[in-house]
Amino acid sequence: MEYHLHTPLKKRDIKKLNSGDIVYISGEVLTARDEAHSRILEMDEKGEKLPFSLKGAAIYHCGPLMQQTENGWKVISAGPTTSDRMSKTTHSLLKAHDVLVIIGKGGMKGIASELKDRCVYLAYTGGCAALASKLIQEVKTVHWLDLGMPEAVWVLRVEEFGPLIVGIDSNDNDIFEKVREKAEKVLKNLRR
Amino acid sequence: MSLKINPNNFIWSIVNLLRKAEIELPEDVKSALIRAETIEENQVAKSQLQAILKNIELAKNHGIPMCQDTGIMIFFVELGTKFHPGFDLEVAIREAVILATAEIPLRPNAVNPLTRQNSGDNTGIGIPDINWKLVPGNQLKITAAPKGAGSENMSALHMFNPKEIENIPNFVLETVVNAGGMPCPPLTIGVGIGGSFDAAARLAKEALLEPLDTPMNRLEIKILEAVNALGIGCMGLGGSTTALAVHVKTAYCHTASLPVAINIQCWANRHASVVFGGEE
Repeated sequence: MEYHLHTPLKKRDIKKLNSGDIVYISGEVLTARDEAHSRILEMDEKGEKLPFSLKGAAIYHCGPLMQQTENGWKVISAGPTTSDRMSKTTHSLLKAHDVLVIIGKGGMKGIASELKDRCVYLAYTGGCAALASKLIQEVKTVHWLDLGMPEAVWVLRVEEFGPLIVGIDSNDNDIFEKVREKAEKVLKNLRR
Repeated sequence: MSLKINPNNFIWSIVNLLRKAEIELPEDVKSALIRAETIEENQVAKSQLQAILKNIELAKNHGIPMCQDTGIMIFFVELGTKFHPGFDLEVAIREAVILATAEIPLRPNAVNPLTRQNSGDNTGIGIPDINWKLVPGNQLKITAAPKGAGSENMSALHMFNPKEIENIPNFVLETVVNAGGMPCPPLTIGVGIGGSFDAAARLAKEALLEPLDTPMNRLEIKILEAVNALGIGCMGLGGSTTALAVHVKTAYCHTASLPVAINIQCWANRHASVVFGGEE
């Protein structure tokens, strides 16, 4: 199935998605990777308010390449980064925030049960940053630029962002895990 | 004999070399990806490969880096013993990296390993990483090979017992399974066997620069076939092509050692070369 979703997202939007489906997203996505995840958790711990809302948010694991122009920031190249680096921090993040969509590449080990009934993981083709940059219409704002360009939180307006593959759906189905299990089986047979 | 080149022209040549490496994939890599798309039967994998091919065209046509991870700047320099530039090449390459970061532009990726402070211009202690080799002749050849972190992070090194030679293919397979979709397959796999702890890793990295249409030997074919039988596929979503090629480089090592390094390269096997001098 192919779906075209618009932010702000509702839970019913993501509950209908099954692993293997193709999704296009329009609206607002926030980039966040290693350092941004750490800072969110630090602020949560201190009870401080984040400068952005994660309620119903679509988080994009991306460290974009931006250029500052007279008219503000311009996206040069903005593909997904390896999501598994954020697996550990995502556990804590999901406990405190109602994030509905995570976009990244390569999958996230051991997260499927955590996503169940609350969030989906959408895979965007790794390295396809030129393609992605054409689907980003506007850099709305940037938070935490002190973390450096790749690690800052960029608020992006996207149009028909995709094709995204539902890698992990909200029913505990994880394509990456299935592929990994199969590969491990092949490897085990080879060793015999 | 002395071959003088203008330092300013040299710096701009290196900026343009980096631009080429970041924007345009070598033809042999592109051909291998087209072939992978043609033979792929898994529809999800096929869609991913089509996105990659579309991305390659877009990057080239719009003159933008194909991946936002523009990498850390790695150079392989072959300096002819009769080539005398008359200025400090290392300083010039460093200046070119700073200029390229602003001009192309490149994402500032270089950070202090402990404080994680970003230098902002892709330079720092040891970066750019310049590998010098003295060669006969009056030419200077520079290859730029910007390397992204996604694939580099999945690389591995093991000091084998010399009696475990037959375990080398398994080590490659384990590394690839462990990496799954994280290093952005289809991969190029560079394997360095022998040398020393660090020399093996350098061999593995050099193996990534081999043209993908170079005929593979028996060991390389054996590993490639086994890797592709794993079914990890493009982006780890399943499929028939997990790797485009396996290249092995060897060097003599200590009689008591067997170092083996595996350098994993994503589909964006970026590199470009430029040659200076050479005329009498």
